[in-house]
Amino acid sequence: MSLAEGVRRGEVRATAKLITLIENHPESAVEDLRALHPHTGNAHIVGITGSPGIGKSTLTDALAKRWRKDGAHIGIIAVDPNSPFSGGALLGDRIRMQELATDPGVFIRSMGARGRLGGLARATHNAIRVLDAGGKDVILVETVGVGQSELDIVRTADTVVVGLVPGMGDDIQTIKAGILEVADVFVINKADRPDARRLMMELQTMLDLDPERHSHWEPPIERTVATTGEGIEMLMAAIRNHWEHLTYSGELEQRRRERYAAELQSVVEDYWRMRFFEYWQREGHWEQVVEQLLRKETDPFSAARKLVAPFLDSESRRVNL
Amino acid sequence: MGEQRIRVLIAKPGLDGHDRGAKVLARALRDAGMEVIYTGLRQTPEQIAATATQEDVHVVGLSCLSGAHLELFPRVVELLKEHGADDILVLGGGTIPAEDISVLKERGVAEVFTPGASTQEVVEFVKRSVNL
Repeated sequence: MSLAEGVRRGEVRATAKLITLIENHPESAVEDLRALHPHTGNAHIVGITGSPGIGKSTLTDALAKRWRKDGAHIGIIAVDPNSPFSGGALLGDRIRMQELATDPGVFIRSMGARGRLGGLARATHNAIRVLDAGGKDVILVETVGVGQSELDIVRTADTVVVGLVPGMGDDIQTIKAGILEVADVFVINKADRPDARRLMMELQTMLDLDPERHSHWEPPIERTVATTGEGIEMLMAAIRNHWEHLTYSGELEQRRRERYAAELQSVVEDYWRMRFFEYWQREGHWEQVVEQLLRKETDPFSAARKLVAPFLDSESRRVNL
Repeated sequence: MGEQRIRVLIAKPGLDGHDRGAKVLARALRDAGMEVIYTGLRQTPEQIAATATQEDVHVVGLSCLSGAHLELFPRVVELLKEHGADDILVLGGGTIPAEDISVLKERGVAEVFTPGASTQEVVEFVKRSVNL
């Protein structure tokens, strides 16, 4: 039985193995992903993002538990950074999700970003595809604690939840971060701290300044204390409202269209690059060209064209055969 | 184009609250280039086995200083088998009397590290056993 078949039957082991394959040997996972693709598109993909320490894991845990009460099947992907020096990573998001570990309706996967800087791992997108095809109703994707420009989640999630906490200087940072534009729902976590109200008002003022505001969807600002569960009900309601808005306004289809366009482009680029380097490993004289550059016998721009031309010829011959 | 990583789950089964050793080891494994999942204190064998299966780790490192290792470690091995994940290697660590080590090994624990073992020994053992 293929891994894809196991995933469709809801087998944990097959699901876990396929995600590993996607992480380690993406080219070997293509057959399974191809088989799963028709079965995707049913899950609500919710991104949870925000600075380090705002409580993303605790919020994810609380939301998952709340959704479970309604019987929803939940997938969680929690991304953490790898060390740029050793390549290793400490993935600790599960510390906040202990009670979910043995719930058969929840599948949690910790993922190292493995050098990617956008807040997600290269494998995250296809791992979501696996969980979606495996019948999860809601997939919560917890990003690396983002700074200001790591916004891969926008191209991945249907609903982006941006978390803030009082007293972290977030009020000024939000203006810089561009995070205002990506949030579908804001959550001020640790809202029992002083300054929660002030942060809320500042955020609201910022949103009011946004000229595109009433055009589609006005991001609500929810307040939670995730450790006690306070406000989680309202947060989940806000996320569900957004999902309904997406569905009925036709924006869901539009977002997914953009997502597929972006994915297609990156798959084409990867495929192309892979074929090119396979070709050059067989036929190439890369080092010679580098030497020519060093001796100023050619320039990088002409050299690149000369390198690619024979590859394109060989590809077109191959296709015509 | 993929990049392989050894994945390890470091888990604390049982009721003792001493996780310094587990954390030191987690860092050493991370610094050796591995992805280390740490799940915190007081895990049941059921939680550990479920986590190891979902995370598809190569190795589970169990740390126990409560004296309950003879019950807890083999239970994790059994549960992994039930999950169809008996290819996951189980290692044990902590205050484990010498006479218990052979018992644990008979019941499926691949290796046992006791106080005094260096983190480097564990790193080397994991690298040798997983052999990516």
